[in-house]
Amino acid sequence: MTRIDDTFARLRAEGKKAFVAYVMAGDPDEATALEIIKGLPGAGVDIIEMGLPFTDPMADGPTIQLAGQRALDGGMTLEKTLATARAFRETDQTTPIVLMGYYNPIYSRGVDRFLEDAKAAGIDGLIVVDLPPEEDSELCIPAQAAGMNFIRLATPTTDDARLPKVLQNTSGFVYYVSITGITGAAEAQATDVAPEVARIKSATDLPVIVGFGIKTPEAAQSIAGVADGAVVGSAIVKLVEEGKPVPEILAYVASLADGAHRA
Amino acid sequence: MPNDLFNSFMTGPDENGRFGDFGGRFVSETLMPLILSLEEEYDRAKDDPSFWAQMDDLWEHYVGRPSPLYFAEGLTKHLGGAKIYLKRDELNHTGAHKINNVLGQILLARRMGKTRIIAETGAGQHGVATATVCAKFGLKCVVYMGAHDVERQAPNVFRMRLLGAEVIPVTSGRGTLKDAMNDALRDWVTNVRDTFYCIGTVAGPHPYPAMVRDFQAIIGKEAKAQIMKAEGRLPDTIIAAIGGGSNAMGLFFPFLDDKDVQIIGVEAGGKGVNQKMEHCASLTGGRPGVLHGNRTYLLQDDDGQILEGFSISAGLDYPGIGPEHAWLHEIGRAQYVSITDVEALEAFQLSCQTEGIIPALEPSHALAHVMKIAPELPADHIIIMNMCGRGDKDIFTVARHLGFDMSGPEGRSVE
Repeated sequence: MTRIDDTFARLRAEGKKAFVAYVMAGDPDEATALEIIKGLPGAGVDIIEMGLPFTDPMADGPTIQLAGQRALDGGMTLEKTLATARAFRETDQTTPIVLMGYYNPIYSRGVDRFLEDAKAAGIDGLIVVDLPPEEDSELCIPAQAAGMNFIRLATPTTDDARLPKVLQNTSGFVYYVSITGITGAAEAQATDVAPEVARIKSATDLPVIVGFGIKTPEAAQSIAGVADGAVVGSAIVKLVEEGKPVPEILAYVASLADGAHRA
Repeated sequence: MPNDLFNSFMTGPDENGRFGDFGGRFVSETLMPLILSLEEEYDRAKDDPSFWAQMDDLWEHYVGRPSPLYFAEGLTKHLGGAKIYLKRDELNHTGAHKINNVLGQILLARRMGKTRIIAETGAGQHGVATATVCAKFGLKCVVYMGAHDVERQAPNVFRMRLLGAEVIPVTSGRGTLKDAMNDALRDWVTNVRDTFYCIGTVAGPHPYPAMVRDFQAIIGKEAKAQIMKAEGRLPDTIIAAIGGGSNAMGLFFPFLDDKDVQIIGVEAGGKGVNQKMEHCASLTGGRPGVLHGNRTYLLQDDDGQILEGFSISAGLDYPGIGPEHAWLHEIGRAQYVSITDVEALEAFQLSCQTEGIIPALEPSHALAHVMKIAPELPADHIIIMNMCGRGDKDIFTVARHLGFDMSGPEGRSVE
């Protein structure tokens, strides 16, 4: 059992949907990002998705691209991203952290060394956008062996024939990408998402969380209502970009969390 | 190097798209089903004689193939050593080798029922070739080009627009070729159902590196037949310039199992391959990493963040290299060297003066290496160099570097 499994067990017992918030490590700077992340559980966030900055985020829209650039321009690295997780763990032992990013910084560090360090830093799961099931031997299998969840993306183009392959080595939860597109782009519609989530749930017992294109408390509520939870990223990161003070950012996160928890 | 014929260098990639440890399919799940169906369609087309009949017809009548293999007597005399042949792919329609591959991909897109074509371009040659073939077949064409390149390659931007393509200046990241490729991938992920991504080089997720190589291999196949006819034997050395590496792979591939043929790839050394990374020499100055769907040698920092390449040639300005080159480098079948901007400029002028051929800056890098080795080689040593593009697009860049002001009717040297 990982912190992610524990969290879903708790939510099930409480009859609640999960709210997942994405923030980029090191954005707008290392200290402020840590302050935001430390405030997320208090704002009602059940699982933290922490972005690992990368120069070439091929699946991300402008908002998260710029967040990564701000972080990198400020000297953010994989090492400092792990340090942020460690610092968070000093104050919170229960809220899961999922590290989300691209493979090259991990590959560059070396998979074994990365897994050891990430685990020690208190990271519970990984979402690596450019590692489909076809490349499972790279990181997915070693991560599971190290006791870390490897969370796979399922998308509108993942058809029934392919779904079992996508689910096979997935653990923790399944992240359903609500649109064909990049983060922060089109708006997800509950009516489109519902049958897709049902299709995935008929093939797995894992919770299905929906992300991409969720921007408001109302959308978080309606999307979470047809799944096991909702992720919001770009809409939060946008406030960081606008230089909003941390309490204001956390208040907005709380409104999103309330939306998802109302579902 | 293994000698037995059973150990062929021409069997890659494996079923996972790997050349040794390089290549693969490092893309998001949204694209994965499409990449698998592209692979299926390509496998079908590859074994379909009607597909290749159509390619041959277009290559002959639309592109102007076969391109000549030309004995460069002026260069040979001037350098005073090896006998130098140029494979004249700069005579192709649109002025470079790029169209060899674009035709193949567009025919595949048509077979797959895709109606919208996207492409990335650096110097604009691949963009122009894609816009050209899309115009011919009445397909919608969108070209992503770094904002900086849009500015410095204005004539190619206008060409693409004349041909009906939409050119989108890319400002994300640092606005370079790699960012153009990122934005093309973002477009693809968004419009995956009707869109075909026409990649311009032997990189990207499997099956692109193998597929683009197969389309460009016409260069090496022709060269092999032509040199047999001209000399009655295989060349001793073949040389080509490398950005992503498609013209080089096209020349090299049919010669990989001819173990006596020395193979040399020339990377862009920019201001020199040193600590400052002001170059694009991924093999000589980079290390393995994962970007744009494949594992290959990349210019990157200690943290795995990708660095910008630097070269006088916008066509070589990419921080990676095709995975098959990475593999050929590691097993030692091909040798990779680098040439600086200054050396390439010198070769550019020598080609103009001794052969009456204005070369693109990309093959000028290959020629600069020929200039280094040819004088030391005997007169019966045969070199084939791929003259993969013509230099019309580069005259403004070259004029600037040579301190020549083209604004007045006379032209004049400037300080």
